[in-house]
Amino acid sequence: METNAIEISNLHKRFGPLDVLKGVSLTARQGDVVSIIGGSGSGKSTFLRCINFLETPSEGSITVHGEAIAVRRGKDGAMLPADRRQLQRIRARLGMVFQSFNLWQHMTVLENVIEAPTRVLGVRRDEAIHDAETLLRRVGLYEKRDVYPAFMSGGQQQRAAIARALAIKPLVMLFDEPTSALDPELVGEVLSVIRDLAQEKRTMILVTHEMKFAREVSSHVVFLHNGLIAEQGTPAEIFGSPQCEPLRKFISSIN
Amino acid sequence: MLSTNTLPAVSSGPTVRSVKPFAPIRYALVIAIVCLAVYFGRWDWIGDYWMRLANGIGVTLLLLVSSCVLGFALALPLGVVQATGPRLLAWPARAFCTVIRGTPLLLQLWMLYYGLGAVFAQFPEIRASIFWPVLRTAWPYGLVALVLSFAGYAGEIMRGAFAGVPKGELEAAYTFGMNRRTAFFRIWLPRAVQRALPTLTGETILQLKSTPLVATVTVIDVFAVISKVRQDTYLTYEPLILLASLYIILTITLTRLLRIFEARAIRR
Repeated sequence: METNAIEISNLHKRFGPLDVLKGVSLTARQGDVVSIIGGSGSGKSTFLRCINFLETPSEGSITVHGEAIAVRRGKDGAMLPADRRQLQRIRARLGMVFQSFNLWQHMTVLENVIEAPTRVLGVRRDEAIHDAETLLRRVGLYEKRDVYPAFMSGGQQQRAAIARALAIKPLVMLFDEPTSALDPELVGEVLSVIRDLAQEKRTMILVTHEMKFAREVSSHVVFLHNGLIAEQGTPAEIFGSPQCEPLRKFISSIN
Repeated sequence: MLSTNTLPAVSSGPTVRSVKPFAPIRYALVIAIVCLAVYFGRWDWIGDYWMRLANGIGVTLLLLVSSCVLGFALALPLGVVQATGPRLLAWPARAFCTVIRGTPLLLQLWMLYYGLGAVFAQFPEIRASIFWPVLRTAWPYGLVALVLSFAGYAGEIMRGAFAGVPKGELEAAYTFGMNRRTAFFRIWLPRAVQRALPTLTGETILQLKSTPLVATVTVIDVFAVISKVRQDTYLTYEPLILLASLYIILTITLTRLLRIFEARAIRR
């Protein structure tokens, strides 16, 4: 049997007295495109950020390609990563794309894309540049490779950020509302890049507000509500015949 | 290099103001003042002192450059620990910056030279050590005072600059598996310096005009040379006018150089 790309089990996250995630489990096989939808405050971004320990979960475990992220307990009982090196190694296999791009502003597009391969993965610079140029061609930014992010539109910056995430040859791509910070007319160009990735069977977990898009590209849709998975299934099931009341409300509120 | 469709309002590069319309008037004014000064003033002493003046300018520049470089090197850790802790280090760093920024440089200099210098002299061990030939001269105290002063001001600037680097860019660094060291040297530090650079170059210009204080502890910079000229010749205005002109020329040159440096370093 093939190893699952990612297994998240019983994930909890508390911020002080606030229970944001109350036990979420999710498995993505290789080639799965999992969309996470839900209202604001449902915990979907927190969930994604817990996967690579940008937020340290309060409970639960994350297993990437069969390797669980090692954790220990701090003095106050809080969960902590036990092995920084292991965490860094696992993080380098998860390509994250942020809502607000988070490109490094003091580097050109090309420098942004080769940074992690050369500094983290130890790829030779000329090789990294070669790969980066291929990726930039894919996302349609080859001509912009020597431009600084501040001089590009949001759509271009996000496509550059996707190229940067792809450059580490990730096992799983994580998208955190990749189009939410974009002007409406720039959403399409970013979605079409993500669609291409979905079509080539890349494993992806996608937090999104673009329901039409989620329906179109996902193999699996998860509806988060109040920190729990309220419903999940194929796009047809979720959008075609929603079972639970919150999901029905959510879908009708969007349409 | 600009994209055609959008140009966000972040171009924080140095603005080059057009001065052309006033240039002829400006130059005429400068020439007129120089002519007046030459005609009415007494300048025959310059022949006797120009070597010492050149030396003094050298000392001034040496003090400026070395104190800015060393002070900046000291400002980095001062800024980092204030921005991120640990608290055990952040507190002394903040105290240092507050004291340096809260007291006159002249006072700090005299504390070092007359205070610490006198204390050193009381210890036979120090007087016998190989450092004594250096410690009994004035320039180390002048340099240290200037370094600490620059570090105090720049440390405060760097604190703000480190804290102001967008958190998301650091998150991105960690997300791609960077360890703290790499993230610091590749992302955090360069971004902070880039943000702080315009302010730091301003501090450098200010630092130039702090250097003459070392003349009060017998370091012979350009200011001290001019004081000597005044004592020897009983002239008041001519040496001071020359001194003012020298500082202005140094300031303008320095500003231009730093602007070029800034434009290269920021590039966006």
